[in-house]
Amino acid sequence: MATEETARIKKLQVQRYKPEENPKVHFLNAEKGIWSWLTTIDHKRIGIMYLASIAVFFFIGGMLAILLRTELLTPAQNFVDANTYNQIFTLHGAIMIFFFLIPSVPAALGNLILPLQLGCKDVAFPRLNLASYYIYVIGALFTLTAIFTGGLDTGWTFYTPYSSTTSGSNVLLMTLGIFILGFSSILTGLNFIVTIHKLRAPGLTWSKLPLFQWSLYATSIIQVLATPVLAITLLLLTMERALSIGIFDPNLGGDPVLYQHFFWFYSHPAVYIMIVPGFGVISEIISTFSKKTIFGYWAIALSSLAIAFIGFLVWGHHMFTAGQSSLANMVFSFLTFLVGIPTGIKIFNWLATMYKGSIDMKTPMLYAMVFLFLFTIGGFTGIMLGALSVDIHVHDTYYVVAHFHYVMMGGMVMAFLGGLHYWWPKMFGKMYSEYWAKISCAIIFIGFNMTFLPQFVMGSQGMPRRYYNYIDQFQPFHQFSTIGSYVLGIGFFIMFGYLLHSLLRGKKATANPWGSRALEWQVSSPAPQHNFEHTPVIINGPYDYHKPMSEFQLGIAGSHNGHGSDADISQTNKEQAADKAK
Amino acid sequence: MIEFLDWMLPPAKSTMAGETDALFYFINIVSFIFLVGITIAILYFSWRYRRRSEEDVTPVITHNNKLEITWSVIPLILVIIVFGWGFTGYLNSITPPEDAYEIRVVGKSWLWEFHYKNGAVSVNELHVPANRPVKLVMTSSDVIHSFYVPDYRIKRDVLPNRYSSVWFEAIEPGESVIFCTEYCGTAHSDMIASVIVHEQKDFQRWLATSASEGEDQSPVDLGKSLVERNACLTCHSVDGTEQLGPTFQGIWQREQTMQSGETVIADENYIRESILEPNAKIVEGYNAIMPSFSGSLDDRQIDAIIEYLKTID
Repeated sequence: MATEETARIKKLQVQRYKPEENPKVHFLNAEKGIWSWLTTIDHKRIGIMYLASIAVFFFIGGMLAILLRTELLTPAQNFVDANTYNQIFTLHGAIMIFFFLIPSVPAALGNLILPLQLGCKDVAFPRLNLASYYIYVIGALFTLTAIFTGGLDTGWTFYTPYSSTTSGSNVLLMTLGIFILGFSSILTGLNFIVTIHKLRAPGLTWSKLPLFQWSLYATSIIQVLATPVLAITLLLLTMERALSIGIFDPNLGGDPVLYQHFFWFYSHPAVYIMIVPGFGVISEIISTFSKKTIFGYWAIALSSLAIAFIGFLVWGHHMFTAGQSSLANMVFSFLTFLVGIPTGIKIFNWLATMYKGSIDMKTPMLYAMVFLFLFTIGGFTGIMLGALSVDIHVHDTYYVVAHFHYVMMGGMVMAFLGGLHYWWPKMFGKMYSEYWAKISCAIIFIGFNMTFLPQFVMGSQGMPRRYYNYIDQFQPFHQFSTIGSYVLGIGFFIMFGYLLHSLLRGKKATANPWGSRALEWQVSSPAPQHNFEHTPVIINGPYDYHKPMSEFQLGIAGSHNGHGSDADISQTNKEQAADKAK
Repeated sequence: MIEFLDWMLPPAKSTMAGETDALFYFINIVSFIFLVGITIAILYFSWRYRRRSEEDVTPVITHNNKLEITWSVIPLILVIIVFGWGFTGYLNSITPPEDAYEIRVVGKSWLWEFHYKNGAVSVNELHVPANRPVKLVMTSSDVIHSFYVPDYRIKRDVLPNRYSSVWFEAIEPGESVIFCTEYCGTAHSDMIASVIVHEQKDFQRWLATSASEGEDQSPVDLGKSLVERNACLTCHSVDGTEQLGPTFQGIWQREQTMQSGETVIADENYIRESILEPNAKIVEGYNAIMPSFSGSLDDRQIDAIIEYLKTID
């Protein structure tokens, strides 16, 4: 590779461009009016629209969760009837997974940060990016229609034959909504893959790619390859319901377990769509707030790809009790354990990054630590579920419920919140109250553990999931869990409060409040409308904290950004440092 | 720690439970050691290497292959142990002994029906002998259910148009709860039954008498106990409470409008038809969700239920 590179070496004139502090014009106010937002093709604005949308869905999903927990305070009926309860848990799951978790980091944070970290003006296909957002909105509208016209009670997994015999046409509406949503996910993935391949700034080789990009890259591959299977499955389900073609329903000659295979072939990789980008966020945060080179760059980058790859081959562990062959169970169990190894590697590498660092426990770092603790518990309980004989006992109990909440909420949501607090100044140019942010983080941590730790115990004791009634012996655990969910809710309301305050009255943020070396922090906050007023040139890795800041603010000297004449750039402080470029 | 883990699990009442529990303990203990280590590392590093000034210089440590290999290989060995252990336990749980006593199980929304070799049928009560392997051959008459006995650490999905099986050997007489663990609709969480373990002799006696049960009872008393034992009360109340099915209170000779618009008077023939072919006529405002009891209730039992329903007002 080196020889090939030398042949193509071209000398570049570079100079340092210091970011302007608190610019008057930035991407938020460069164009005004609601129409400029609805028709924007700016990746940052699209990211913020995603952010607002997923915040709405997170709120709806969260309120549904509070309703569920409140109903479970007592064994028998408390305030909703069984059918309503079944609808609520179905919607809680479907909304949180399809409308919050899957788009949370890739579509919201990814859109905001990906081109900034790559040093380009936008994603490769900006119009497609806007289309992805509207596809998401249309999918969401279908789903909301399904909710408000009577709901459905199939569980978010839509298992046949139950889902093909119940809830009338709402199952069709809901699956159609998720079918449409899938295209949003596929197109975003495609867009990101092309952008990472083609639009990296001069000098930004694969070995200098920020780990957040590696994780988005791995995620995008899963999105593009796995989501079509979900689409096909839901289409088959729709055909069965609408046209009575026997595919999954045994009464029509179909096979209900086939549905489970199809469904989990998507939905297990989807778990990695949710968690892998979170890993990327955590890598960025830990390195920045430890002010230290990331430990094991390649180990972390490649383990994301390994997880993406092995993640395709473990879907069968959702069906250990469903009656697949022992051989299949054995293979799936084994592969499930294998996927744990790269995950463990990541955790150890992050710890090693903190070793001898200069650790500043700001809010994003606090969330990263909460992530490490909670996600580790989620991982270990996953080992428990991968062990065949133990899984037979705890399968479909609250143990599983607690496990995936530790992974999805303790892992992914904490990573998302870390990323939100980390990039908040870059998005809005405002700081939030560090004091209230830490308090809310502590309350969320306590509330989360109060909610889900008891669920491990009652699951081990045999409490099945999706139960409206339960036997008396489980009541203390349920009550404790419910109180925990209220604490958790309070934590989120505090967060809503101080973030709103930050938007309206927050202190102005500097371009690089955390002293990060990453490229997105080398432009002003909020980011300029077209990201870079020059073409950035990369000569160092994104985590090279031992190099001076000036080496991270280089751009091609004298070149223009394509949005004005090149004459207005004053050529000062010329540096001849760059020697690499395509 | 063992005591805590012991408390986390339900009592072990089958021959297989011990092995599953041992693995449960092992994973918990190993995980706990790792978790404590990781937590201590987080807390210690956060304190020991806290930022002292903005000019802090950190060492450049990019990677260490020996460390990477260590923390890949040790967990790999541990998970391979867990895998092997879990797989052997699983193999035992799916391989019933040759001499296992066979019972047929039918899952219906929302009850469990048990058919014994001599023709006896019980609903929501599985009677088995202690210290003898029992093999259940299971199927569903509608959607997917899952047969779960926490005390025995066994679980198996029950599918329509297909047989699945599970086996266990109860170690002592007593009672354990059976849950349905695959979501199956409105009364999923009421699809609860129990295993009643008898001594060998008592079990034989129960089998022999269950067919002729109730001969010394009045039809009304027999009907009452049948209604309770056959899970009728999951959906039908006897005090007028609105549930998933029409209430039994005052049902005798009641005039009811059907979905089709016709009116029907609840007489002997209507009740008999409702038990054997529940979906033939559906009362307006209710759904066709009741499973058929054809094959599990005989004529004498249906007569007794009719006698009992006459008395509820």
